[in-house]
Amino acid sequence: MTDVSYQTAKSAGQTGEAQFGDYFALLKPRVMSLVVFTALVGLLVAPVGVHPFVGFCAILFIAVGAGASGSLNMWWDADIDVVMKRTAKRPIPAGKVTPDEALGIGLALSGFSVVLLWLATNALAAFLLAFTIFFYAVVYSMWLKRSTPQNIVIGGAAGAFPPMIGWVVATGSISVEAVLMFMLIFMWTPPHFWALALFMKSDYDDAGVPMLTVTHGRKSTRRHILAYTLLLFPLAIGTAFTSIGGPIYLVTAVVLNVWFLKGAYDIWRRDETQAEADNYKVEKSVFKVSLLYLFLHFGALLVEAVLRPYGLGGW
Amino acid sequence: MGYFRADHELHDRRKGRNLGVAAVLIGLIVIVFGLTYVKITSGGSLEGFDHTVRPALITEDTQ
Repeated sequence: MTDVSYQTAKSAGQTGEAQFGDYFALLKPRVMSLVVFTALVGLLVAPVGVHPFVGFCAILFIAVGAGASGSLNMWWDADIDVVMKRTAKRPIPAGKVTPDEALGIGLALSGFSVVLLWLATNALAAFLLAFTIFFYAVVYSMWLKRSTPQNIVIGGAAGAFPPMIGWVVATGSISVEAVLMFMLIFMWTPPHFWALALFMKSDYDDAGVPMLTVTHGRKSTRRHILAYTLLLFPLAIGTAFTSIGGPIYLVTAVVLNVWFLKGAYDIWRRDETQAEADNYKVEKSVFKVSLLYLFLHFGALLVEAVLRPYGLGGW
Repeated sequence: MGYFRADHELHDRRKGRNLGVAAVLIGLIVIVFGLTYVKITSGGSLEGFDHTVRPALITEDTQ
């Protein structure tokens, strides 16, 4: 956050009369939808149930907490958001919301979501939500994003916490299942994002954000994708043999991991000339598979949990 | 306001924002009320044996 961004917002016709939707856009609704889904799965696969209304409120508070960290991220990154095409239409660079408003909303919603989650569920869940907000806003946005090309790897932890928080809401403690759900998203984020970085002409460089494709080159990025996909494989399969796994999840995980690994291998084998020749066909296809990968893994865990009361899910 | 002249676009935007804030506040009230209700009704006999043994609360199940 610098004076530059503030001046930019002012000069972009800032009226201070934003609409409700502009404030809502600060919360990054698309990111929130992924948070809601994974946190809900974490909550529902837990062996202990919670009252449906408490469960609903818990998911809402987790989503609001994630949104609050998004608002703080937009406040801090306003100076680079205005430089990049992808983010130039965000409420602050577009001049609809002032940076101070984004900071206020981010801080207020962070406090509300953490305290209400504590009152509704337990202290550990509230602590994890507070830590997630801190991790995304401070560790990732303020510290890592502009200083290391590994920003995606470590910053991915913020996106990996929701299913663990969902689990803790129900059980009150962290177990191996919660850690595996965390690791699944944590290890999935780098190959998912780097596959996108290979075919998206990004202007991160203009904004001074170090990306692996620029700092270490594209060949190295391809190696990194394969390495992380290999590490992801045993984690995803291992989850099948815990209390939240079962045959449906195992089959899903085997198929998806072989598919993803094949894609990562193909990416590793190619060079830029080949990729440019077919307009990054393989990279684009792996990115799409990665989206399906996460959705279907958590979907399969949910199916196992739903079928369990009928004696069908689980082992 | 509307009797003398049409609402300014600024007022329309403010109306939308005010309605949004109102909806959020009403939602917050519903959530706090709902959580309170759920916590109280699912707590069991909260005054059971919290301080002293109360023979009046002893039933066949608790013996």
